[in-house]
Amino acid sequence: MSEDSQILFGLYVPPHPQPLLSPDANPGYANLRAAFDTCRKRIEESDADIILVYSTTWPSVVGHQIQALKESIWTHVDDDFHYLGSMPYNFHIDTDFAYEYCSAAEKRGLHARTVEYEGFPIDTGSVVALSLLNPDNRIPACIVSSNMYANRSETIVLGKAANDALISQGKKAVIVVVSSLSNRMFTEHIDPSEDRIHSSKDNEWNEKILEFFADGRLEDLSQLSREIHGQIRVQKVVAYKPAWWLAASMGQHNNYEGEVLAYEALHGSGGAVIQLTPSSGSFGDKEFDEDDVEYYQGDRNVLNKGND
Amino acid sequence: MSKGEIVLGCLAPHPPHLVYAENPPQNEAFSEGGWETLRWGYAKLARKLKTIDYDAIVIFTPHWQTYIGTHFLGLPEFKSKSVDPVFPNLFRYNYDLKVDVELAEAMHEETAKSGIITKMMRNPDFRVDYGTITSCHLLNPSWDKPIVTISSNRNSHYYSNEVMIEQAKALGEACMRAIEKSGKKVVLVSSHSLSHRHFVTEAPLPEDMSREHIYNHSQYVWDMKIIDMFRNGQMQEVVDIMPEYTEQTIAETEAGGLIWMMAAMGVPSYPAEIYGYQSVIGTGNCIACWDPNNETRELVL
Ligand SMILES: [Fe+2]
Repeated sequence: MSEDSQILFGLYVPPHPQPLLSPDANPGYANLRAAFDTCRKRIEESDADIILVYSTTWPSVVGHQIQALKESIWTHVDDDFHYLGSMPYNFHIDTDFAYEYCSAAEKRGLHARTVEYEGFPIDTGSVVALSLLNPDNRIPACIVSSNMYANRSETIVLGKAANDALISQGKKAVIVVVSSLSNRMFTEHIDPSEDRIHSSKDNEWNEKILEFFADGRLEDLSQLSREIHGQIRVQKVVAYKPAWWLAASMGQHNNYEGEVLAYEALHGSGGAVIQLTPSSGSFGDKEFDEDDVEYYQGDRNVLNKGND
Repeated sequence: MSKGEIVLGCLAPHPPHLVYAENPPQNEAFSEGGWETLRWGYAKLARKLKTIDYDAIVIFTPHWQTYIGTHFLGLPEFKSKSVDPVFPNLFRYNYDLKVDVELAEAMHEETAKSGIITKMMRNPDFRVDYGTITSCHLLNPSWDKPIVTISSNRNSHYYSNEVMIEQAKALGEACMRAIEKSGKKVVLVSSHSLSHRHFVTEAPLPEDMSREHIYNHSQYVWDMKIIDMFRNGQMQEVVDIMPEYTEQTIAETEAGGLIWMMAAMGVPSYPAEIYGYQSVIGTGNCIACWDPNNETRELVL
């Protein structure tokens, strides 16, 4: 752990419910489940004070939302995979941290707010991740949304604000990004035993991304985000953001031990469980042309410039 | 059994702000009002609905998003609390509603026959989406009719707006055949805004109407163009222009609701009744209905 980071390690996990609800339907799902279980043990063995989740299946519109309800209890059902069963949950949220994260985000120019309402619909990805990684609420958690319109600078700043909040409260964290790699699913119902990555192109890109992860090249992936979005992401939102948030919160470099614990198909999409642990050795010596950003200034309005 | 029919088709936008502004007992949040142009329009359309004889409301919603086919609510009752994930400060609504499962199954079967991937939703813990609840509450606050919710399959994300339109048409035509065979009188509801770019910040008092306006003029002009076509009965032209309109205004028509409803109603060439247009957190919202009955169709606004 470097001096300016409170993050013990980062995890990248898939949002689909199969590893939680039907791990035995296919050896790949079981493999993902086993990888989740390994990560759960590693979290138990760490001295983390909090698990912080950034979920791509929690879209927000009005700024960035941060879950703050101390006892978040409900039974969740997925919009597509409702037939796999219900997901009852009872999560202990670190309310103080949620407030701190919100204020750290505001200090960096972001519009952010905490949500603290009984019955708030926690998203499938967060429910799956927290149910599998922290089943007994051994440590408290917090969840942050992914704004639909946010692009790179806003997401980088949101990641930095997470680290600010951890530093100011002196909390050691495991951070979790919930996202697929390629996210194109089959558009028909399939026999789970026949699940596979939707196309060989998606698979090749996933394999390339996993090579970067295994080499600990997180900042390189962050720089590649726009390309990844264009190549293997269904265009539901404006950008592929998880690597931006993860890299910004963990320090924007390539000095990590990377480990790919599992990579499998989830109804056609690419699901991987990956761990990144800060280390000393750096990989490569690249320079990047994407600007770094500390404070969010809002979108640049170019429409009314230059015609005075 | 006489042939079933669609007795009315409603364009019913679902910003949760409108329910919030009404302060019904089901909603936990409290407001000082707001968005009266839309709320009063809804009240007028709800009064018209009370004069119509019908058995069920069938609603197509953008907020039950499915990627693997089109899904239908398939249990007779749902009772729970709906909390809007985007505006939880405004909408925490305790609902208790009935579903016409027989009609849902008939539409499911007819739709599957036409080659569309479908699924019945039979998990009792499933939460009904806030689009369904908002539109149905405003159209029928007494909740005295059963509903069927149809999910929106996101073909525009996976393929294109053109593919979405083709599938929504096929879905609408299949639903119409199922309704005809059922012998029931049905009100269709397409639940969505028109232009759909939101402000990403919210006023400290969300119902502060001094802060409410359309996101930009381009969205307004496009919305007015579409509403003019509604008025003139040019629904085939609306269908034709839909990909361009949806792209230019990031419209919530991207989910396919309006196309579904128009296809089910045989693409009306008679004028729509317009009940109001107003922005909500920057989005453009029009309440309209298509009344196939020449005798009862009115010029409202
Ligand atoms: Fe909506």
